[in-house]
Amino acid sequence: MSEAIPATRLRIKFSKVGALRYIGHLDLHHIWQRSIRRAGLPLVYSQGFHPQPKIQLASALALGFSSQAEVLDIWIDEDATWDQDALQAAAPQGITIFDIQEVELHGPALQTQVESAEYEVTLLDEISDSLLDEKLAAIMDAESILRPKRIKKKNRRFTTVPPTYDMRPLILEMKRIAAQQIFMRLTTQEGATGRPDEVLKEMGIPVEAARVERTALNLK
Amino acid sequence: MLTPKEIEARLERVLLTVQKPGRYVGGEYNATHKDWDAIQTKVAFLFPDIYDIGVSNVGMKILYDQINQRDDALAERAYLPWLDFEEVMRANEIPLYALESKHPLVDFDIIGITIPYETLYTNTLNALDLSGIPLKTADRGPEHPLIIAGGHTCTNPEPMWPFIDAYVVGEGEEVIHDIVEAVQGWKVGKVESLNRDDLLKALAQIPGVYVPSFYEVRYMDDDTVAEVIPLIEEAPKRVMKRIVAKLPPPPTNFIVPNINIVHNRATVEVMRGCTRGCRFCHAGFTTRPVRERSVEEVLEAATKAIESTGFEEVSFLSLSSSDYTGITELVEKVSERFPDEKLSVSLPSLRIESVSLDLMEGLKKRRSAGFTLAPEAATERMRRIINKFITDEQLLETATEIYKRGWTTIKLYFMIGHPSETIEDVQAIVDLSKKVLAAGRHAVGNKAKLNLSVGTFAPKPQTAFQWVSVDTFEQINAKQDLLKKELGRGIKFSWTEPEDTVIESFLSRGDRRLSDVIYTAWKNGAKFDAWGDQRRYGTWMDAFAEHDLDPTFYTHRQRRVDEIFPWEHISTAVHKKFIFEDYKQSLEGEIRVDCREQCFACGILPTFKEMRRENPGKGWMCPEVKVRKSVSKIIPVESK
Repeated sequence: MSEAIPATRLRIKFSKVGALRYIGHLDLHHIWQRSIRRAGLPLVYSQGFHPQPKIQLASALALGFSSQAEVLDIWIDEDATWDQDALQAAAPQGITIFDIQEVELHGPALQTQVESAEYEVTLLDEISDSLLDEKLAAIMDAESILRPKRIKKKNRRFTTVPPTYDMRPLILEMKRIAAQQIFMRLTTQEGATGRPDEVLKEMGIPVEAARVERTALNLK
Repeated sequence: MLTPKEIEARLERVLLTVQKPGRYVGGEYNATHKDWDAIQTKVAFLFPDIYDIGVSNVGMKILYDQINQRDDALAERAYLPWLDFEEVMRANEIPLYALESKHPLVDFDIIGITIPYETLYTNTLNALDLSGIPLKTADRGPEHPLIIAGGHTCTNPEPMWPFIDAYVVGEGEEVIHDIVEAVQGWKVGKVESLNRDDLLKALAQIPGVYVPSFYEVRYMDDDTVAEVIPLIEEAPKRVMKRIVAKLPPPPTNFIVPNINIVHNRATVEVMRGCTRGCRFCHAGFTTRPVRERSVEEVLEAATKAIESTGFEEVSFLSLSSSDYTGITELVEKVSERFPDEKLSVSLPSLRIESVSLDLMEGLKKRRSAGFTLAPEAATERMRRIINKFITDEQLLETATEIYKRGWTTIKLYFMIGHPSETIEDVQAIVDLSKKVLAAGRHAVGNKAKLNLSVGTFAPKPQTAFQWVSVDTFEQINAKQDLLKKELGRGIKFSWTEPEDTVIESFLSRGDRRLSDVIYTAWKNGAKFDAWGDQRRYGTWMDAFAEHDLDPTFYTHRQRRVDEIFPWEHISTAVHKKFIFEDYKQSLEGEIRVDCREQCFACGILPTFKEMRRENPGKGWMCPEVKVRKSVSKIIPVESK
């Protein structure tokens, strides 16, 4: 990517709900590219043999989670004008744009600016407050929680002892906020990203028995 | 039946347990959502394969648009679940539902099933079963949706006769409105007081609609058809296909899928029909006459489609792009209007001539993809038989030029199993392919690559080859073995498994008795027959055995010249006499030239004479019919 291309960098805050909960990270990239094109915004492309539109999503959201706090950076032609309503009209159902701000063109990549993410989890199966509190305490009181690491398929045959990682330091905060409702704040940094589904699994709750929503994405 | 809310609640609990849940939730840009309770007539269009395959189907898109343009009707879409989700749906008693409103299909007034190829038959039964709708017309009551079907399989609807209430023969743009109105006219008063037969009778009187349950088939001692008898007065002896005189404005607000699918792009149909007359080609015989859209209309539609979808690719659809009158102008204007390098444009089915190269070059953008050529046969004798005539020199010259102009990969498409093909004709495919690659290497060195794809011919109803036998397993195996052995390194070779060809063959030219076989095969687990890894040949053979039928009767039997075919009461307007002449010419190796040069009176013009007279001009490629001073009587559509 040549930094020499004059451009305007926009930061878009949006929600991802409804049907879009079931759409993955890569597909969301395409959805944004097409929405931006429909809105008539001229995206800046990378140079080279396979030019790619310059857009960055802050942090991948696991399949099935909704979010009220997604962040996207896009680079458009320097002299292009933009209009939040036009972009909203061009976005599919399930995306609501809260805010568009122009940001520093040469600031660091969006992914590296994320520090932590907050989630609200609603448990779909009945569980008493006391039992839930007990489960939460068990996790928060632990010094370390070893969980099996996910290994890419192609590397699997080189691994004899399944490697583990310590999940505990990734959980910054966790509490019950209502009946069957949990709040969690997890680190979200390269190489140290806490996953709500992993935390739930540790508590013995399958992810399909919970509704998870990202409520905040905290940038540095 | 479950309400949409109940279905959504159940979905939430299971969607994360299946692959690609994005297939099952809808919510795409350009999907049409209407107020369910405020709309009189609800139509669900079903493509009986998974979302990834079905979304790009243009026929379904056209009909979805036609219905949603009406104020009194709504259209939604449904696709089949993949195996994992089907299991989950059945375990959780989730019926097949439409993506827009999540209403179960059984809540709709009409279910319109697009069946473009025969290997969707078992899936069609599976879809009805998943919807909780009785599989057979005879078992449905007034509370059930009307089940209609259309698409290319309509030229022989007989194998599916007991399952489909009404089959649309030919083009659907106009007839779909007639059907909606027939349903509206019938659905007055209480459901209990309605009689389904009344609706079917009304449908049987709509030109282009075939109601199979109103016909009886009698057979000869040798199991061929003796006659097909209409059981009621309202059912015509012969159902003539519907066509539109002028292609209506093409749809432009395509559904933009949220996940990746096949043909993830905008499509503009530039022309319908083909004048070349390749004898193996089902579409060539059944989509006549040729009707073109103007360059302006195509360009306008492409612009609108790109603006309303944000797609990065547009494909101009036709059976033979090179034959579209305005093709050069279209390519020029597209390049002018979209100078932006980010839009790619594809032109399918280009002829093997240097003009095609100029066209592709006009569109060639940042990516140098492969170039596909389809000679279909490798010897002059075979090319005469199939009526697709080019010379080896033409092919070699074009191929060399393609390599020279910077495409590194050429894909050649051939078929084996054409009538009277010998092993020498197959060897010629090897020799010619090697020559093409050698010419490429001579021109540009070792970066020249060749992919060779060899399909196996399956004879289709209503074509010049409807009389011939498909190759036997032994023949196909011998031919494919030769190709695998002789091609050697450097040519990437792909082929069709013989079982796929045989299944396609008996389904294509089957009669009503095949419906039992289809039902039993489905019952015993056959589905997704078009997916190589899902096809269950053994299940099909067991089903034949169970019903005491011989598959070779449908596949490997040279049919008598005086045989009455099971599909003869369905007319594509191309006369059997013409088709038979074409078949005889094929046996003599006689070429029939492009019918734009000379009209061969295939039957289209006499059938649609009035329509042509009212629609003069160049959009319709048949010769014009002069306006007579006084039209004394309406000429009947029936030819016989």
